[in-house]
Amino acid sequence: MNRAGPMRNQGASRRFVLLCLAVGLLSVAAPFLFPAIVKQLSIFWVMVIVAYTWDTMGGQLGYNSFGNIVFFGAGIYVSAIIQIAPFTNMRDYTAAGEEGAALTLTMAQYLGGLAPGLVAAAAIGFVLAIAFGFVILGLRGHYFAIGTLALGIFVAQIFANWEYVGAGSGIIMPELPGRGRASDQEKSLLFYFLCLLLAGATIFFLRWLYTTRFGLAINAIRDDEDKAEAMGIATTLYKVAAWSVSGFFLGICGALYGNIVRFVDPEETAFDGPGLGVWMVLMAVLGGKGSLWGPLIGAVLFHATKELLWTYLLGFQNIALGLLVVIIVVFFPEGIMGWIRARWPALVGERVDASAQSQAAR
Amino acid sequence: MTPLLQVREASKSFGGVTANHDISVTVGEGEIVGLIGPNGSGKTTLFNSIVGYHPVDAGSISFAGREITTLRVPRIARLGLLRTFQQTRIYPKMTCMENMAVSVPHRGVRLRRMLSRHPPEVAEKSEALLEFVGLYAKRLLRGGELSFGQQKLLEFAMALMNEPRMLMLDEPTAGINPTLINGLIDRLKRVNADLGITLFVIEHNMRVIMNLATRIYCLAHGELLAEGPPEDIQTDQRVVDAYLGAS
Repeated sequence: MNRAGPMRNQGASRRFVLLCLAVGLLSVAAPFLFPAIVKQLSIFWVMVIVAYTWDTMGGQLGYNSFGNIVFFGAGIYVSAIIQIAPFTNMRDYTAAGEEGAALTLTMAQYLGGLAPGLVAAAAIGFVLAIAFGFVILGLRGHYFAIGTLALGIFVAQIFANWEYVGAGSGIIMPELPGRGRASDQEKSLLFYFLCLLLAGATIFFLRWLYTTRFGLAINAIRDDEDKAEAMGIATTLYKVAAWSVSGFFLGICGALYGNIVRFVDPEETAFDGPGLGVWMVLMAVLGGKGSLWGPLIGAVLFHATKELLWTYLLGFQNIALGLLVVIIVVFFPEGIMGWIRARWPALVGERVDASAQSQAAR
Repeated sequence: MTPLLQVREASKSFGGVTANHDISVTVGEGEIVGLIGPNGSGKTTLFNSIVGYHPVDAGSISFAGREITTLRVPRIARLGLLRTFQQTRIYPKMTCMENMAVSVPHRGVRLRRMLSRHPPEVAEKSEALLEFVGLYAKRLLRGGELSFGQQKLLEFAMALMNEPRMLMLDEPTAGINPTLINGLIDRLKRVNADLGITLFVIEHNMRVIMNLATRIYCLAHGELLAEGPPEDIQTDQRVVDAYLGAS
């Protein structure tokens, strides 16, 4: 797989720095260049994060999880509780629904709720992944996929019936204080940059993680788990650790997403298994499972296509999206990165020259 | 010779099929011991029981004086008792060098070590061992791109990377061409003599096992049929009837 680290040659690492600079500049400039779609751009980074964290499991560890949405949704709810409960009666607030949702907070209260909310969201994602991991990561292959699918439905049902957080009628996130057009702009910018920051942190953390012994070990588990066990690798530990990394970033990501969309429905926003839960898989597969840039490429293509379809083909968007999936699977079975690797291996830093000078592996 | 591996009266059945019945095997430190027998005689089952892949129904197994009967696979491997697979198992999507690096011993791995890179010595040792099995030129290829025979050699090199005390090889020469087999016998002997690794080898190729082993166990129908030095086993009437056939 295309991995960062010493296996890459000089040209590839120079290209990498340039690419990062270009993407970084574009990302910072984007909300100012396209002020009308800042929300969509923020959600784009959410897509990037869910694709990357899915790929840690599906691409690097070889465990196709349909349950990652659980950590995302749990992050939304935990953050919601921490952002709302200290300032009003949670039960009354959620029972009142949309009409009664007039929670006006001061800036200090708002940020004082958001910051610990994000931390708690990370913690819940991390802890849930460890707890579920020890139970469900004993399943392999299709059994794991089905088990995680059931997990998603199970957790969604719990929240859909939990009155405290609004049950099936959902919950409305508090609004960032400030009125008028200018402050609306600031609100979207705050969350855009938080999402960008988190996406950057996720990508660079994973890029580093994949160069460590940990990265090699989870790849070994993906390639042949029985062999990895027979070689003395404590596979359960590595599998649970990998899922907890996913859970950590997904928890924060969910909390940010909840604040961006502001209305949280248990089944359509938080635990949207058939939507986001599947899209995260699609993006990683489209871009190229198990490659460093695959999830990013997948997220760009998928999010752009999806937004265009929803805008110009409303009513047929799911049909068009389905068609896209079929095209991907038929023409790019290894994803865009796999397709590039097969044609221009040097471009992704792959070296096969048997007479090459000896070089350090990790 | 001090016994390194001791299997005492091990039995294992799957449903109604008795794969191993009352089998006792001892392998001394530094020995090369062979395990032969017809297909389905329970050789691989015995290997699987020893390395903890499935628990034995009765009997006990100890390694280096330590009871390992109920330990799980990775624990036993970390004690230095390693096996290779009959079907050959390597990590197909990782390069040969990565296959080697990930095979370093996993004894006492802590979080800080998990999150560090391998020191340069690991790459040097990987290259040296790939050279030893004759795969140096292929080191940047992915495991899955190698031929079956080459994968077998890679798996052998990976096992050595793990620095085991004892290596259990399940048909190391199956699928390897005749000229390479001689080289492999030679390498196995060197591994035993130079690195002091005890070998326990399942093998169908009689020329190989007679050449390699100092002692041989023969299984048939899940029971231990005979045990002894190669020349005795070769002429043992029960072994000839059950396995070798009259020539």
